[in-house]
Amino acid sequence: MNGVQRSIPETIRGIGRVQPYTEEFAPVPVAHSKGRTIRRHLPHTSKVMASVQEAVQQAGMKSGMTISFHHHLRNGDYLMKLVVETLADLGIRDITIAASSFSPCHDFLIEYIEKGTVTALESSGLRGKLGVYLTHHPEVLKKPVIIRSHGGRARAIEAGELHIDVAFLGVPTCDVRGNGTGRIGKSAFGSMGYAMVDAAYADTVIAITDNLVDTLPVPYSIPQSHVDYVVPVEAIGDPEGIASGAIRITKNPVQLVMARYAAAVIDEIGLLKDGFSMQMGSGGASLAVGAYIREKMVARHITGSFGVGGMTGIFVKMLEEGLFQTVYDAQTFDIPAIQSIASHANHVEMSASMYASPWNASPVVNDLDVVFLSATEVDVDFNVNVITDSNNICMGASGGHSDAAAGADVTVIMCPVIRGRLPMIRDHVQTVVTPGDSIDIIVTDRGIAVNPKRQDLLKLLQYSHLPIKTIEELQALAYTLVGKPEETPVSTDDNDIVAVVEYRDGSVIDTIRKPLV
Amino acid sequence: MINNQYAKDRLRRTMMFVPGNSPKMINSADIYGADSLMFDVEDSIAITEKDTARHLVANALRSIPFQAETVVRINHPTQTPFGIDDLQVILPAKPNLIRMPKIEDVSEIELVAKEIEKAEKTYGWPEGTINIIGAIESVRGLYNIREMCHHPRMVAVALGAEDFIANIKTNRTKYGIELYFCREEILMAAREAGIQALDTVFSDVRDMEGFREEVTKSRDMGFDGKSCIHPKQVLAVHEVYTPETREIEKAVKILAAFEASLKDNKGVLNVDGKMIDKPIVVRAQRTIEQAKAAGIRVEEMEVSI
Repeated sequence: MNGVQRSIPETIRGIGRVQPYTEEFAPVPVAHSKGRTIRRHLPHTSKVMASVQEAVQQAGMKSGMTISFHHHLRNGDYLMKLVVETLADLGIRDITIAASSFSPCHDFLIEYIEKGTVTALESSGLRGKLGVYLTHHPEVLKKPVIIRSHGGRARAIEAGELHIDVAFLGVPTCDVRGNGTGRIGKSAFGSMGYAMVDAAYADTVIAITDNLVDTLPVPYSIPQSHVDYVVPVEAIGDPEGIASGAIRITKNPVQLVMARYAAAVIDEIGLLKDGFSMQMGSGGASLAVGAYIREKMVARHITGSFGVGGMTGIFVKMLEEGLFQTVYDAQTFDIPAIQSIASHANHVEMSASMYASPWNASPVVNDLDVVFLSATEVDVDFNVNVITDSNNICMGASGGHSDAAAGADVTVIMCPVIRGRLPMIRDHVQTVVTPGDSIDIIVTDRGIAVNPKRQDLLKLLQYSHLPIKTIEELQALAYTLVGKPEETPVSTDDNDIVAVVEYRDGSVIDTIRKPLV
Repeated sequence: MINNQYAKDRLRRTMMFVPGNSPKMINSADIYGADSLMFDVEDSIAITEKDTARHLVANALRSIPFQAETVVRINHPTQTPFGIDDLQVILPAKPNLIRMPKIEDVSEIELVAKEIEKAEKTYGWPEGTINIIGAIESVRGLYNIREMCHHPRMVAVALGAEDFIANIKTNRTKYGIELYFCREEILMAAREAGIQALDTVFSDVRDMEGFREEVTKSRDMGFDGKSCIHPKQVLAVHEVYTPETREIEKAVKILAAFEASLKDNKGVLNVDGKMIDKPIVVRAQRTIEQAKAAGIRVEEMEVSI
């Protein structure tokens, strides 16, 4: 049993011995960060390759290697398919894909897993058809999928646990020397935060761009000193899938209720004051919280210090209005935010490591006053699941969830009490992604629960008119509405482990096992 | 004499419409803070769905512990073939109120009241467990309103403007002149009978500014609350119906002086040099109730008497 009462095998197929999770900040790192192959570049030789195939051959790629991708192109990504098809054509097999995340556009991987081109995956999550397929067929990969948070992935790369042989970067504008940016170009997506770590640690870096220029006219995000080859292509992604227009605040009234409660509870505990820092997500309720917080800040002339995202138009509007002094951005979500990072000096691009790695001199999450996060489901121990559904199918991603939750003074989770006919407050969540120790407040549509370990917050809220309840009361309410469902039976055979969920420090917080339904 | 004074007095700033055939909306109806939830089996339900909706609403009333007052809008008991069937299914599930659409004659109310009485007797509930709110939706109804408001089961009367407007052959305007007489008449009849008056819906859910203006006007006219068709309207009505700090402080003072005078057996009392009589005390009580409902911690307000 690990620190969140999950049974973790001592050794796992294809991975070997694993360290079970104990508690937040328990392991103290002692090693040096890992380096990479030293290489050189001779004066006046070109890095520009005619095709991905040429770059792959020049890089000396062979079977058994680990290659990496970053997910800034989101569901519009053409890169992974282009690369994997090329490797298959060259007869290269047994590839491990370490992608910072997968989107539904990566469902094509099923075919290449069945062909043996791809034999292992390491990522932040699994969703779409790929998630369903791997949940039911864990045996098709040589080891379970390793799930890491964004900070955990940066840490694993820096600590040498995830060694990248070749990093493929999708670069919206790149010059012939390899200096790259996501700020401009027809496929502009903003921050290149996740790619920065890969570029700095991979043995070989191949930048693929659909806007090759002689000299980059803006500051680089990826420096030429990291990039071995540059490949111009017609398109690195589908603009429709890369970024939406301004992400609008949800109109879903249930989410708005949660957002209003979340903003109100943070206000009541006195967090909304000059100099406060905040992170919010880009989806549903967490974006709506931003709108409510903005109203309060404007009305009371409050100026925050820094904001962290998942940057969206809502957040950059607050930056432009002077409500925050600086925003740090590892991933830019909509067109207004992309325009902002291209034009505002205090809209600062940061790497995934600076954002969230637990093992550096200080990640940005460590100074957050508050973070608003969503959850697929929670349990009475305040543990959070954001990766598997009620049938234990992989359908989500860890993202920066456990990183921000560990760093922030107050972590607020927003989750409805029921979804459809299922209660979302369980005795034990299907999969623990973020431990209850990191969670301070759970806001639902029918009440707010404060983690009993935060007696200080409970005291501040003792006269609140907000519906403060215990987590058990909220669970009972959910059961009154929809009853208590039976547990989803899962395989106990260790060969049926679909994925290993690492905590941000690399210890194993949970495993996802093949469901028996 | 039916003992339903509580139902006549309870706070009804908002009565939110919930389609009776949507489990999802019924399930989450209670989270928006509306004082009353009105489950509709009438106009928003197609004829082919009537039975589904009435059974769904009845089961929801039995199984979901609603915090808000529960109201079911039935089909017209004499002008449609569905109204009495609605009552047969809905009454055993014990809603707080039956909302009657387009009331025009006291005989309609008597008919429904009789069904309610039967249900109360059958299930051994005290008389006055279930009451009636009627909607004025026609000129005929408006002309008979005074008698109808006096029926002992009636605890509130509402305006249903869309049908009324069609009946008088005009359109809704932003300034509301077309409904002026009707609103006043409803309000006067309600007040004379000692029951509540609720204003009609505002159908453009995007126009929050127009909505607030209309709510402010109807509050100023004297209406106890507003019918709402979207959760976001609920919050806006509550904001409009939240008394100003100054009003609350004054109300606290008046009630403190009133309580003190009861102890001393003083007949006449005055606060800040002004004479305070019964209606002022009642109004102060209303203010405090609205303030508390809006989450204001009235007990903590320090007021020097």
